[in-house]
Amino acid sequence: MSLLEVKDLAVSFVTRMGTNKAVDGISFTVDTGKITAIIGESGSGKSVACYSMLGLVPMPPGRIDGGTALFEGQDLLQMSEAQLREIRGRDVAMIFQDPMTCLNPFMTIGKQLMEPLLYHQQVSKEQARARAIELLDEVGIRDPESTFENYPHQFSGGMRQRVMIAMALINEPKLLIADEPTTALDVTIQAQILKLIANLQTKRDIGVIFISHDLAVVADIADQIVVMQQGKIVEGGDSEHIFHHAEHPYTRKLLAAIPADSKAPMPNEPDTLIEVRKLCTWFDQGRNKEPVKAVNDVSFDIRRGEVLGLVGESGSGKSTIGRSILRLVPVTSGSVNFDGTDVTTLQGNGLKTFRRRMQMIFQDPFASLNPRMTVFDTLAEPLLLHGIENSKSVASGVLKLMDDVGLARNFVRKYPHEFSGGQRQRIAIGRALATRPEFIVADEPVSALDVTIQAQILDLMQDLGKEYGLTMLFVSHDLAVVRHLADRILVLYKGEIVEQGSGEDLFERPQQDYTRQLLSSIPGRALLE
Amino acid sequence: MTTEIITDIADAEQGSSLWHDAWLRLRKNRLALAGGIILVGFSLIALLTPWIAPYAYDAQNLELGASPPSAQHWLGTDIFGRDLLTQIMYGGRVSLAVGFVATSVALLIGVTWGAIAGYVGGKVDAVMMRLVDILYALPFMIFIVLLMVVFGRNILLLFLAIGAVEWLTMARIMRGQVQQLRQQEFVEAAISLGLPPRTIIRRHLIPNALGPIIVYTTLTIPSVMLLEAFLSFLGLGIQPPQTSWGLLISYGAETMEEFPWLLIFPGLALTITLFSLNFLGDGLRDALDVRRSKD
Repeated sequence: MSLLEVKDLAVSFVTRMGTNKAVDGISFTVDTGKITAIIGESGSGKSVACYSMLGLVPMPPGRIDGGTALFEGQDLLQMSEAQLREIRGRDVAMIFQDPMTCLNPFMTIGKQLMEPLLYHQQVSKEQARARAIELLDEVGIRDPESTFENYPHQFSGGMRQRVMIAMALINEPKLLIADEPTTALDVTIQAQILKLIANLQTKRDIGVIFISHDLAVVADIADQIVVMQQGKIVEGGDSEHIFHHAEHPYTRKLLAAIPADSKAPMPNEPDTLIEVRKLCTWFDQGRNKEPVKAVNDVSFDIRRGEVLGLVGESGSGKSTIGRSILRLVPVTSGSVNFDGTDVTTLQGNGLKTFRRRMQMIFQDPFASLNPRMTVFDTLAEPLLLHGIENSKSVASGVLKLMDDVGLARNFVRKYPHEFSGGQRQRIAIGRALATRPEFIVADEPVSALDVTIQAQILDLMQDLGKEYGLTMLFVSHDLAVVRHLADRILVLYKGEIVEQGSGEDLFERPQQDYTRQLLSSIPGRALLE
Repeated sequence: MTTEIITDIADAEQGSSLWHDAWLRLRKNRLALAGGIILVGFSLIALLTPWIAPYAYDAQNLELGASPPSAQHWLGTDIFGRDLLTQIMYGGRVSLAVGFVATSVALLIGVTWGAIAGYVGGKVDAVMMRLVDILYALPFMIFIVLLMVVFGRNILLLFLAIGAVEWLTMARIMRGQVQQLRQQEFVEAAISLGLPPRTIIRRHLIPNALGPIIVYTTLTIPSVMLLEAFLSFLGLGIQPPQTSWGLLISYGAETMEEFPWLLIFPGLALTITLFSLNFLGDGLRDALDVRRSKD
């Protein structure tokens, strides 16, 4: 008998606008000691399916329409709230995407770890402490004795996720539900956390449901994979089947969306557009403190018409380099020569003229658009500011931009919140292109998007890059994406350039240990190549 | 399809679409609209009072004394035989003017001051906000008494004095909002487009900070009206035979057991105004929040 057997589960949301079938009759099983991955884009119902079994979906508006979910032979869907609470605390544990919001910032992690033990089990404080320290050790927290008294903010993202995992394991659950546990983390950290989850699962012999939007992430660890689309399971099977013999077109589309190729190098060596020399951007930490050297003595060239990839983990200074070139953060020293002019010394009107030539596409399309401006206002602003269009021709200019980035014209009067992430990113791209720039800094432009949307946006950026003759600095933590798009790649570590070269060179013949480590962290690499 | 778009764009060209859309939404909110109409009506009455008031504001009828509502005096008279309706109409002039003028002053200074401090940050922010702190620390009553003593009693000065005190909180709220918004990428995007700080504050920051500002404004107007009553009560504001709603209420409260209408009617005038303000304010806040459903 399986640990969890879900049959024909159907969940819908009843709103004023009508009934929305979020989960439409899905069946899957989770076995002890196995990892079942549920893959789907946002809105596919993957999280709702798991949350509704545990009574975590508010009802109303949610409603379970039918099906069974047998956990060790008992139907979760028939249980009372009190029974479910028992199960949730003891037998089923969850870890979430963002560990920071799940930890109480005012309590030491030791206290937070001991709390469920003291609450659910009859143990003394000393026993609870010993048990908590043992667990922290198990999830790979260095020196757990002394970090026991630390507060959540003193941990890095990866370490916090480890603490969350420890908390999830403390009552020795039989089933662990991990909802996008690595999405907020860097590649190398992601690889570590994935390994940790896989290890714990074999060692403790528990069942795991791993929810993710990214097939590649689960490639190395999942035993079973189910692919969901619009509330239905379109395909399920062991990971060998999904990755090598996928039948459903949607699964194939997801697989195709994983960028795996290298861009061919540029045929001839074009001239240099931007020369960055000895660039330092330091952030003051206040008196008597060492400044944070976000970018430290970095020199490189960007050639006209190329896409230069900038990869590194968070904190490597990759975003700061882009922002320094665009003068969005003050540069400490060094020079940025843009087509013969040192941008770092520009002021006033000179700077405004240059701003027109360099634009930026931001990571989070939910934060990068003014929520109170319609698409029209957002796109018209740069057109009017730089005198590209006058008040009479601006409407046609806006529509042209919308056509270019693939937005339907009748969206022109809509506000950002009425769009999906991918559409918002299209608006943001349109805004960046409005000034007809020569150079664009794209700061993780697709990392907040679903995989298939990612592929669309990357294609769009590639096409527009050619059409507008753009030079691009493409900043990303995702090596596979950068490799797909960039002519040359710079690898950044702690504010300094570690290695640079063409995508092929870096991937086939990495020179530095750090680059090798980054490469080996790319999820699902072995399976795909 | 095409024609529809063209009309859409023609719409969009008429000023900022945010305000246009907000007006469309506000129009559908009946409570807010009623509030707005009542306020406009009260303001019109206040403006026209000298011509439409049934009696002169200082006309007394000592023989009549305090009388309940009657055909000659719809809302009754006070102990000096003055017509209460006339008093309320003249009082409304003062109260509404104090409420709106002082609040506008506070709004203008506070929003500008807070937005600049929050946007520029650093030393400028520190200096500007310390100034606010210092003004906060000044005992308000002493400040006003001083003003009155130095410049003499003057209704315009009263407006200014109250406005000068009320803007402090407004500036703090605005600064907090702007500091938060500043971190957002859309502000960075605006900078990288080359927009001057003035435009960024006006187009990107202030519209996004309006929610709390509107709520605070609707709270400020009544508190300003009550403040005026308090000052007048101390002898620092309006003096009889001039009057204001606040004064009428405080006199009415003294005699409420014998002549309840002297409290009820001025109280009613103030209450209706405040209700209208709150409905209008809530409606405005919702109308400006584009995330609310477009129905």
